[in-house]
Amino acid sequence: MSQGALLPLRLADVSFVAGGRAIIDQVSLEIGPGPSTIILGANGAGKSVLMRLMHGLLSPTSGRIEWNSPERPGAPRKQAMVFQRPVMLRRSAHANVAYALKIAGIPEPQRGTLVRESLESVGLAHLARRPARVLSGGEQQRLALARAWALHPEVLFLDEPTASLDPSATREIETVIRAFDAAGTKVVMATHNLGQARRLGDEILFIDQGRLVERAPVGEFFSKPRSAQAAAFIKGELPWT
Amino acid sequence: MSEALSTALALLVGLDSKLVEIVLLSLRVSLSAVAIAALLGLPLGAAIAVGRFPGRQTVIVVLNALMGLPPVVVGLLVYLLLSRAGPLGPLGVLFTPTAMVVAQTILILPIIAALSRQAIEDAWREYEEQLRSLGARRVNAALTLLWDTRFSLLTTILAGFGRAAAEVGAVMIVGGNIDGVTRVMTTTIALETSKGDLPLALGLGVILIAIVVAVNAAAYLTKELAQRRYG
Repeated sequence: MSQGALLPLRLADVSFVAGGRAIIDQVSLEIGPGPSTIILGANGAGKSVLMRLMHGLLSPTSGRIEWNSPERPGAPRKQAMVFQRPVMLRRSAHANVAYALKIAGIPEPQRGTLVRESLESVGLAHLARRPARVLSGGEQQRLALARAWALHPEVLFLDEPTASLDPSATREIETVIRAFDAAGTKVVMATHNLGQARRLGDEILFIDQGRLVERAPVGEFFSKPRSAQAAAFIKGELPWT
Repeated sequence: MSEALSTALALLVGLDSKLVEIVLLSLRVSLSAVAIAALLGLPLGAAIAVGRFPGRQTVIVVLNALMGLPPVVVGLLVYLLLSRAGPLGPLGVLFTPTAMVVAQTILILPIIAALSRQAIEDAWREYEEQLRSLGARRVNAALTLLWDTRFSLLTTILAGFGRAAAEVGAVMIVGGNIDGVTRVMTTTIALETSKGDLPLALGLGVILIAIVVAVNAAAYLTKELAQRRYG
């Protein structure tokens, strides 16, 4: 592991309790650099919460979350997250990406080029001057990817980034994610979409009721799942039938 | 009554100099108070909205309660502060427009702070994860939200202006309603009505309502247009 690298990320006995219920229950795992990791599971399995714990938006009730080389508070972040529903600031697409660079402490003269490159990488250069909030859902999500990508993060968390998009917008987003993956960013994505997990994933973390049930390379996971829950999920069976 | 109305109209159409003077002083006092209250109240509202500190809920309840401050009570308090025997007596600003600005600022500061706190806190709920994910500190977040809620805050500032322009009690007490010095629209209306001089009172009443309606219409249109443009 190179020095100063965020990864690997280690979770040791991490639990997150809310309202007396364990949303995440004693999860231990290690995520290294390289192949993309898909967090797969049904709605309410705890995928989003697990990601937020990793990304630092939530603090675990118990257990430890450790990066190889933790980010210093106040320093530019080396990880970014794209949410299911993008939150756009009331300013232009260009300004939304520039805002992320400003927060990261990038001096003004360097921002313009970085913003343009980032918008080009998601195919939004022609909409740079458009107010971000009037863009379509798919465009907004690509803009969110551009904003997350502007600093070329080491780790990119994606929380069901296409769950509220139509098929063509979903394809565009997946193309962008594949490009980021190819460019060397570690992609960690939550989804409940089996097709998407197959298309974008190298390995699967299968979560059920807040527990890490199974971890396997994507081919193996789909051809011969080890756990009954994963097998049922793949077959589209409902767990209570 | 109809005679009073026609005289009021004549005063309006002829831009009676005394009437103009009163209107201008009213605007000067209330707009100054709004400007100062906005300068203090918006950052205060943003700070309370995104801040985490002990007693935060108490502060919010008190601030909300202060929105209903009776103008005469504010007038009385400012009067006590500025009167010759009061702690700020040596400044000698009692019965001047300055004293009226101070009183109206105190009156509307809680309105602007409380309403902006609500608007910014609602936005914070939507933005919090995204801004924290980007690594924004709370101060950054507060400034970002002030800018991003700018159209809602315009309405907040207007609520303050409406309150300031319409109140009588505070300016009456600390201004003294001195002819040509501290006489504003509302105090004139009160005085002229009690004297039985209805035309001037009516004329001023019409102007006061017209100003408030015009300002609100302008702000509403700005907000609508801006929201259509920026989403």
